[in-house]
Amino acid sequence: MHDFQNMAWWAILWSLIKIVIVVVPLLLGVAYLTLAERKVIGYMQVRLGPNRVGFKGSLQPIADAIKLMFKEVIIPTNANRFLFLAAPVLAFVPALLVWAAIPFGPGVAISNMNAGLLYVLAIAGLGVYGIIVAGWASNSKYAFLGAMRAAAQLVAYEIAMGFALVGVLMLAQTLNLAKIVEAQAGGGFWSWYWLPLFPFFLVYFISGVAETNRAPFDVAEGESEIVAGFHVEYSGMAFALFFLAEYANMIFVSLLTTVLFLGGWYAPINTPLLTWIPGIVWLLLKTAFLLYVFLWIRATFPRYRYDQIMRLGWKVFIPVTIAWIVIIGVALETPLRAILR
Amino acid sequence: MPEINNFTMNFGPQHPSAHGVLRLVLELDGEVIERADPHIGLLHRATEKLAENKTYLQSLPYMDRLDYVSMMCNEHAYCLAVEKLLGVAVPVRAQYIRTLFDEITRVLNHLLWLGAYALDVGAMSVFLYCFREREDLMDVYEAVSGARMHAAYYRPGGVYRDLPAQMPLYQPSPYRNAKRLEELNDNRQGSMLDFIEDFTRRFPTYVDEYETLLTDNRIWKQRTVGIGVVGPERAIQLGFTGPMLRASGVAWDLRRTQPYAAYADLDFEIPVGKTGDCYDRYLVRVAEMRQSNQIIAQCVDWLRKNPGPVITDDFKVAAPPREEMKTSMEALIHHFKLFSEGMTVPAGEVYTAVEAPKGEFGIYMISDGANKPYRMKIRAPGFPHLAAMDEMARGHMIADVVAILSTMDIVFGEIDR
Repeated sequence: MHDFQNMAWWAILWSLIKIVIVVVPLLLGVAYLTLAERKVIGYMQVRLGPNRVGFKGSLQPIADAIKLMFKEVIIPTNANRFLFLAAPVLAFVPALLVWAAIPFGPGVAISNMNAGLLYVLAIAGLGVYGIIVAGWASNSKYAFLGAMRAAAQLVAYEIAMGFALVGVLMLAQTLNLAKIVEAQAGGGFWSWYWLPLFPFFLVYFISGVAETNRAPFDVAEGESEIVAGFHVEYSGMAFALFFLAEYANMIFVSLLTTVLFLGGWYAPINTPLLTWIPGIVWLLLKTAFLLYVFLWIRATFPRYRYDQIMRLGWKVFIPVTIAWIVIIGVALETPLRAILR
Repeated sequence: MPEINNFTMNFGPQHPSAHGVLRLVLELDGEVIERADPHIGLLHRATEKLAENKTYLQSLPYMDRLDYVSMMCNEHAYCLAVEKLLGVAVPVRAQYIRTLFDEITRVLNHLLWLGAYALDVGAMSVFLYCFREREDLMDVYEAVSGARMHAAYYRPGGVYRDLPAQMPLYQPSPYRNAKRLEELNDNRQGSMLDFIEDFTRRFPTYVDEYETLLTDNRIWKQRTVGIGVVGPERAIQLGFTGPMLRASGVAWDLRRTQPYAAYADLDFEIPVGKTGDCYDRYLVRVAEMRQSNQIIAQCVDWLRKNPGPVITDDFKVAAPPREEMKTSMEALIHHFKLFSEGMTVPAGEVYTAVEAPKGEFGIYMISDGANKPYRMKIRAPGFPHLAAMDEMARGHMIADVVAILSTMDIVFGEIDR
């Protein structure tokens, strides 16, 4: 009995340690992603970006965080106080929860669950409630429009995203994220799923950009149209939580794309020199590259109109993914099966 | 059953895309515009009334502050009106300098417009690229007049002074090293005309850069093609001028139809659109920038070869040279009279208009023979454009309102006056 109690305590403690090991670097990553964004986009736009706080601006995120923490959270007079304050939490918590299932190496995860893919899809879908509740509780017309846009957009892209994941599932025959990565082992970058599932790879990544409300799909914020959309009334830490959630989701989408389509922690070419580099480095490098693409897209493209996003989601992505599922399904019944698996 | 009401939304006056102080009351059905009602007057400064209490020269700087992105074009219209009433002749070199600066102003205006338009549609980078080029032209403004925006450079009878022989250089500063300083001053070693010529050689590649990002971009086209369409007949009825009219397919340009300054001697084309949507207005303005660049190059060429006076020698209109004042009593009296009482202008009424970057900018002036105008009326090109807002935006979505508003090239300085 005593032993059993000890074991239970130890399991909880060990889980907490694992959570801290994942969440602390994640939040630091979020902070420095904001700096990277400002620097990268700055250089793309022939300017410098932040370069005053710390060495070449390296302490800028810290300064921003301190500023946001000490700012007053203003609650609009006619807002629903409880929902107004609950919304940022609703947005932030799922953004952290999804990390439970992410594998960082063979068997290295907070929870190596068997239904990882389903868990990730379910939790990531919850994030939108924060946005909708925020838009509703603010009692502002701009925020309300932003929330409506976010709701419609996320439903459309969730479906396309789900179908893209079905393709991965058909090839890997497992819902366990670590096993999906292991199924992509073998040769090098040509044995990863991005090649046989190329349409899914594109659809998934673009949907990911849309899911995280990033440009050119940032209609829920739509700075030049509805000012800041759903978070127009938020300030201080309440705003910071939305901000953190958005960037954490960006990292999450990039990491998940790496895991599902870009061979997770495997080196692109199977030579001793490259495989000697630890898997986690490869994983993070691929993620960083996808994050760079996020920023690159933002600096390049104009914003879609709300109905055009809907059209792209419903009339292009969903048919494409359905058609490719059928093609993959048929291919798995032919001798091609040996190559695909 | 509860009654379903339309959503009424205040767009501005404090809105990132309101282009100043426009208050647009939108009646929405979901996201679709049922009615767009522009409210103006938040930047009203009574320029027309102020002009009635100031001498002709004192009113001139107010013109810069009307359309504060195309400063010298406004001055040009005002000077033309005064000159027409006075019947004074303007030296040819001054005509060319005015043409040069009108076109520099057009490029300045269109660059700001392009940047703001792209930003409103969501393409952030173009905005900063445009401002990089504006910086060079602003330096030209500064070199010639001392001010980067509100130049007050034109005068009734010519321009304030001849072009500087040396382009001002960047000075050493603790924030830039010697190499960077040399880089910055590389094309500023010669005269101002050399600097402008260098700019005209670089500028077409810059415009290509903007076009690479926008012209064939699918999202850009989706956002602008077929948005806010105005046909040629309707555009004329609504009183459109400038690029707004030309994008609808009407080749009307005051520089061609009633040439002023040196435009009759210069070689340039009038770009014309087809459908009159936002995309055509974008294409017309980009083509105009390329044409303006050619005109600037021609003016630079002419100004190099033909030195001469830049302001009339009628000392009742323009001040005599400074050194003459020290020796000649007559010159001193002229100077004193001009800067205290001002010039007296014969009675009469005139309307003069120039092709400002935004359209026809006109001054209607009545003089009763005193040293101040009896009445001055400003025809701002933006006013009829904004008045068509409801017609253009109806049935489109909120995001399109931003695009339409942006293509009008609205500046509240001139609309509210």
